[in-house]
Amino acid sequence: MIKINGLHKRFGDLEVLKGIDLEINQGKVVVVIGPSGSGKTTLLRCLNILEVPSAGSITIDGQTTDFSKPVPKKEVDIFRRKSAMVFQHYNLFPHMTALQNVMEGPMIVQRKSKEEARQQAEQLLTTVGLGDKLDYYPHQLSGGQQQRVGIARALALEPKVMLFDEPTSALDPELVGEVLQVMKNLAGTGITMIVVTHEMRFANDVASEVIFMDQGKIIERSQPSEMFTNPKEERTRQFLNLIQ
Amino acid sequence: MFWNDPDKMERYLDIAQSSLLPLLEGAVVYTLPLSLITFVCGLVLAVLTALARISTIKPFQWIARVYVSAIRGTPLLVQLFILFYGLGSVGVVIDPFPAAVIGFSLNVGAYASEVIRAAILSIPKGQWEAAQMIGMTYSQTLRRVILPQATRVSIPPLSNTFIGLVKDTSLASAILVTEMFRRAQEIAAFNYEVLLLYTEVAILYWIICFLLSLVQGRLENRFDRYVSI
Repeated sequence: MIKINGLHKRFGDLEVLKGIDLEINQGKVVVVIGPSGSGKTTLLRCLNILEVPSAGSITIDGQTTDFSKPVPKKEVDIFRRKSAMVFQHYNLFPHMTALQNVMEGPMIVQRKSKEEARQQAEQLLTTVGLGDKLDYYPHQLSGGQQQRVGIARALALEPKVMLFDEPTSALDPELVGEVLQVMKNLAGTGITMIVVTHEMRFANDVASEVIFMDQGKIIERSQPSEMFTNPKEERTRQFLNLIQ
Repeated sequence: MFWNDPDKMERYLDIAQSSLLPLLEGAVVYTLPLSLITFVCGLVLAVLTALARISTIKPFQWIARVYVSAIRGTPLLVQLFILFYGLGSVGVVIDPFPAAVIGFSLNVGAYASEVIRAAILSIPKGQWEAAQMIGMTYSQTLRRVILPQATRVSIPPLSNTFIGLVKDTSLASAILVTEMFRRAQEIAAFNYEVLLLYTEVAILYWIICFLLSLVQGRLENRFDRYVSI
């Protein structure tokens, strides 16, 4: 499903990703953990080409893109459609209602009819528990509700892979649960998910696999039970000790 | 003085009354159309200039910078004189009204471009990223996401620009556009009541600008519906 080969990302002199190799099968929920600055968010952003990798290649859903040479815009567009991102700070469009936020991609980018886009958006918003908030503007919604709109907006693009970039980090503690619940439900549907998070409970309960990153490299990957009870690497152990 | 001289008072009222219609005619036929047309042209120019300034293409940036610098660095009156008398003297004759439209549009374009550039830059980077993520092109992102939000931010400063423009159109009198102020000059030249006519025309400008500021308030309310206040 996803195959990452020798992925590097440099910002000037700073090398944030130092050769990532990773393979993820269809329907897996992969949770990426690690200290800040470890490159986990950058890895996620590379998968949606919000950052253009400096070198390496990524295959998603049978399409391989090689980043060691400039990638044509057309190819970027096709590649990007394989995945959709849920942002830490939601990044909803504040001048559009919840419904319009979700309809925007299908209608404007994928050229679906307004009616079709609306039906799909209403259904998705109902799925995330916001069927009664269709016409609310983002500022009228709580953080948890906004993030659920963010998830619906990403799902509306019908991606092969859902990318979550610390989706609950900006939320008040009491609102974290509702977002995680939506993600849990999603994990059961067979869509491939990559989740950068500090929610170890979520990782433990939902992840098929946990990846620990540090200093731009993947240090360890294993089942959650294995990772949390019996990590192999010293650095993983140190990190887990610090946060638990 | 006139306030204790009934005859003089009556003459003043007569003149004020009889000059009102020609002055308003000047406003309706020239001042307001000139303001509106140049504001629309100027805004288009301003958006293009702002986009050129924030683009990554160096020549675009430089053209925009030189343009804004030249317009901001020279008096509007001088620009109008170059367009009308200057070009006219070498055979490029432009009629007064089109010359004024060109001059004022270039002016609004330069000043408003800085407003619009600042407004675009004030939109959080996450908005560009979200648009990119859902697959929008650059122009879709601008039209659907960035400019609608930038518009809200720019309404107060652009209202200033517009109100300033309405008053600046009085300079068009110097290149023979018979707008409101030139009408006042003409009437005053005829009856010598200079103070009266210039005060009258000042009050008319004031009323127009006051009405415009009411429109500004309504626009702001309309665009504020999607932000929490």
